Amino acid sequence: MSEQNNIPNELKKSPPLGGDLEGVSFPGEVHPTAGGGILLSKLDEVINWARSNSLWPLVFGTSCCAIEMMSTASAKYDWSRFGFEVARATPRQADVIIIAGTIVNKMAPVLKRLYDQMPDPKYVIAMGACATSGGPFFYNTYSVVKGADHVIPVDVYIAGCPPRPEALLHALITLQEKIKSGATREQIRNGTGK
Amino acid sequence: MTNEELKIKLTELIPSVVFEEGGEWITAFVEGSNWKTIAQQLRSNEGFEFDYLFCLTCIDWKTYLTMVYHLTSTTYRHSLVIKAKLDRNNPELETVSDIWRTAEFNEREAYDLFGVKFLHHPDLRRLLLTDDFNGYPLRKDFEDPINMIKL
Repeated sequence: MSEQNNIPNELKKSPPLGGDLEGVSFPGEVHPTAGGGILLSKLDEVINWARSNSLWPLVFGTSCCAIEMMSTASAKYDWSRFGFEVARATPRQADVIIIAGTIVNKMAPVLKRLYDQMPDPKYVIAMGACATSGGPFFYNTYSVVKGADHVIPVDVYIAGCPPRPEALLHALITLQEKIKSGATREQIRNGTGK
Repeated sequence: MTNEELKIKLTELIPSVVFEEGGEWITAFVEGSNWKTIAQQLRSNEGFEFDYLFCLTCIDWKTYLTMVYHLTSTTYRHSLVIKAKLDRNNPELETVSDIWRTAEFNEREAYDLFGVKFLHHPDLRRLLLTDDFNGYPLRKDFEDPINMIKL
């Protein structure tokens, strides 16, 4: 009789280490041995897992979407549950910038500078109609940038005017999934990513 | 003072005044050339004492511009709207920033967006737009073929 057979059945499975939710679990598998187990994983995946679960947003809001963003941060919706935790008042400590509001021509260079000051890896969420396309200010306006992606690259877009906190949470979770997948923009577009 | 009393007193002060009917406040049209002296009297005369300029607006009617001043008195709690027509090609009006300090920034905004020149203003520069901006964007005929998508 080999030693392998003495291991209790519940240890033979590889239980998720991070929790029960799909996608939240730690990337890797546990091979049980007597008195413990061996964890197998890839360093890239572990790094992506760590990054995706500790995204610190920048305090940045240019109009009413920022009110919804503050609501998402506060007790009722509490984005800290997903690892967004503290909003940073300096771009040098932030991982993700949520463009919550209209970007006007005068604000565009400021947004670019903030983005440039953020350390890599950095992510961008365009929240609401204005940040996505100019929204209600698309036509006949002299001052509004028609979409923040004219200024900086955007990872996730949210529709709405303004989007509800649930929509922002969904976007943040979508961003987490994107980071965990490690796929490039082209891979996501072609469906060849993980 | 009630609106009717205000109307009588205003007519005494400015014989050429024209009133516009309708609306919550009484609305008086004045000549742009008299505006500064009228404003001074509205601010300090007994019975008027309009010490608070709570709104300053410009309207582009395509053939002419109208400046609109909303005044109220914290003593008497009465309000008044003063309008003055301006020449659209050369809009000029005396500043009231020395009477109501708040007008200093409001007039800069009107200058910024409508191009109204306020004479003797202490610091008439663009307020919201960048200094190198061309044109006055809230005028009805403003065009910007690069940034504007016309509908």
